[in-house]
Amino acid sequence: MSMPAYYTTKDKIWHYAFRVICYSIFFFLLAPILIMIPLSFNAQPFFTFTREMLTLNPEGFSLRWYEDFLSSASWRRSIQNSFIIGAAATVISTSLGTLAALGLSRSEMPYKGLIMGLLISPMIVPLIISAAGMFFFFSSINIAGTYLGVILAHAALGVPFVVITVTATLVGFDHSLTRAAANLGASPTRTFFKITMPLILPGVISGALFAFITSFDEIVVVLFVAGVEQRTIPREMWSGIREDISPTILAVATILVLISIALLTVVELLRRRGERLRGLSPQ
Amino acid sequence: MAMADATQDDVQVGNTTDKRGRLVTSDGTPLRRALERSMRRRKLTAFMLVAPLLAFILIFFAFPIAQMMWRSVDNPQVVDALPRTLDALEDWDGTGMPGEPVFAALHADMMDDLDRPRREQKIGPLGIRLNYELSAARGAISRTARQVPNFEAPFADAFADAHRLWGQPELWRVIKREGRPLTPAYYIAALDREYDEAGSIVKRPENRQIYVNLFGRTLALSVAITFMTFLLGFPIAYYLSILPMRYANLLMIAVLLPFWTSLLVRTSAWIVLLQQQGVLNTLFVNIGLVSDDNRLDLIYNQTGTIIAMTHILLPFMVLPLYSVMRTIPPSYMRAAKSLGATPSTAFRRVYFPQTLPGIGAGGVLVFIISIGYYITPALVGGQSGRMISNEIARHIQQSLNWGLAAALGSMLLVGVLLLYWLFNRLVGTDSLKFG
Repeated sequence: MSMPAYYTTKDKIWHYAFRVICYSIFFFLLAPILIMIPLSFNAQPFFTFTREMLTLNPEGFSLRWYEDFLSSASWRRSIQNSFIIGAAATVISTSLGTLAALGLSRSEMPYKGLIMGLLISPMIVPLIISAAGMFFFFSSINIAGTYLGVILAHAALGVPFVVITVTATLVGFDHSLTRAAANLGASPTRTFFKITMPLILPGVISGALFAFITSFDEIVVVLFVAGVEQRTIPREMWSGIREDISPTILAVATILVLISIALLTVVELLRRRGERLRGLSPQ
Repeated sequence: MAMADATQDDVQVGNTTDKRGRLVTSDGTPLRRALERSMRRRKLTAFMLVAPLLAFILIFFAFPIAQMMWRSVDNPQVVDALPRTLDALEDWDGTGMPGEPVFAALHADMMDDLDRPRREQKIGPLGIRLNYELSAARGAISRTARQVPNFEAPFADAFADAHRLWGQPELWRVIKREGRPLTPAYYIAALDREYDEAGSIVKRPENRQIYVNLFGRTLALSVAITFMTFLLGFPIAYYLSILPMRYANLLMIAVLLPFWTSLLVRTSAWIVLLQQQGVLNTLFVNIGLVSDDNRLDLIYNQTGTIIAMTHILLPFMVLPLYSVMRTIPPSYMRAAKSLGATPSTAFRRVYFPQTLPGIGAGGVLVFIISIGYYITPALVGGQSGRMISNEIARHIQQSLNWGLAAALGSMLLVGVLLLYWLFNRLVGTDSLKFG
């Protein structure tokens, strides 16, 4: 945005002031997250920059919090738990969710609005209420404090993201392709795997990513439904923040930020690929 | 039906009609029925695709929540523990003391309970239940239950000797009132009300009013957070919308990265920044803004909750606003200006009204999320930044008053669903997108 030549002084001041305001807000959004990265290399157990760090003295920096993180048995188990629970929950919500999205995007689907509302509700209902309900129910069927319980709970929370993402992909889907396949003699299963699936794959993958992230980042349900054995990374961070607040959580946070940057990139690439495949011009 | 048949009888379609002149398929079934059957089959196929997920969500999500809401009115404790007493109380009018037959029935009920296996005993839960209505009731019940085998008639005196509460009509009124399988008592408590001696519902004394204030504070904090996200989100959404796509996508990372970063990471970031020995306070001290022994309380209070939650929810405001602003043609503003409007008039009367759907969508979204938020207030809210979710969690995990937790939760849930319905009316779920 270059400035038009006819701008008056007042316009010019406003032009720059507005940009200053906007960049301060972007700063507000990013700074808290980015500031943790240098702080996680602090050699001292403080949450602030020491004099050595500010003067870039190498003695002010260390990897001790990363060492702490990787050598602690409970942190290691939490990493393992997060991936096991996240992966299992993602498989359940993605497979069931994709099937359901295929059904929901058919015009003859009865009670579409009602069912869609119900399937999206895990995203709307406050987590504390879902967690409380699941806590009581899972205790009564003896799966509270088990991996199965946490996985089922997280699968339910991931469902709306898969359903919404895959139905959105199916909006641009050309149904004459499946009809053509059927016309040429392909069975419905074959049509699904050879025609439908490759076309909606970007949507399915990004839905799965959302479901995984939901589980990976989820804490409220874990607090209520999981036992000590199933502690995930956020659960371990929760204890870290509440009980002994040590810079180890900054090291964990830095690693998580790097993971989210990687995921963000993947989703963006998928979105572009999806648009290209469906013949929509990239924005 | 008959009329439709009659009109079809008039149609002559060569050899694809049957004897009565109706359209048929090649194997002789009436066309209407064949079409209906095929439609039914297609509906069934579509439904079968959805059925597994629907069953999953109903069993593991909807049913647990319904079951939890049921707890807010479920009231089995008194009915289970004191069936005979309740029968005997049937004729008692609630004034004065109940007669000897009632005490005899109570004795019999308590003796029955001693015969039950330990895990099925009903007197313990009864004490807990009655204690919600009348403090000290639990003590009265448990102390009496230990002595009951030694009681001899007349029982009225024996009970009154064991604990003074048995000699007062108050406890009996509570037993009679709560001797029903369903109760509004948890909702009455959740609204800071209680029963007075005459049995009508009145406000609790000032110092025991908690929940209405807490709901009020939750609403106020949510409004404040929604307003803050609007205040910060509107300029940057606008700025992103006027930038060329390439730069906008690049700057969008600043919005999307927080969105994709773990909630606990963002919350701990604010703890790092805002605490007394944290980055901001140290910076203020070093530049001489505040003195060292006067560091600001920026966290573990309402300020902390508002700052951290504004940061966490800002992307939910920016994304819908941005997608609406992108669709507003810049020519409208230019037209307004060329027709003589000042920039501020053009903005106020032409641009701003067109962004209202985005403001509505973002606003309701942020408001719905913040009203039920648990983690951030629990970690950075301290006492004054607590919200209703924290109180629900406290009742489930610590005070174990699950009925009250369920009543508070049901009220919160109904509020959120109403807001969601409003959101749907305003924008529709189709516009929900992530990333």
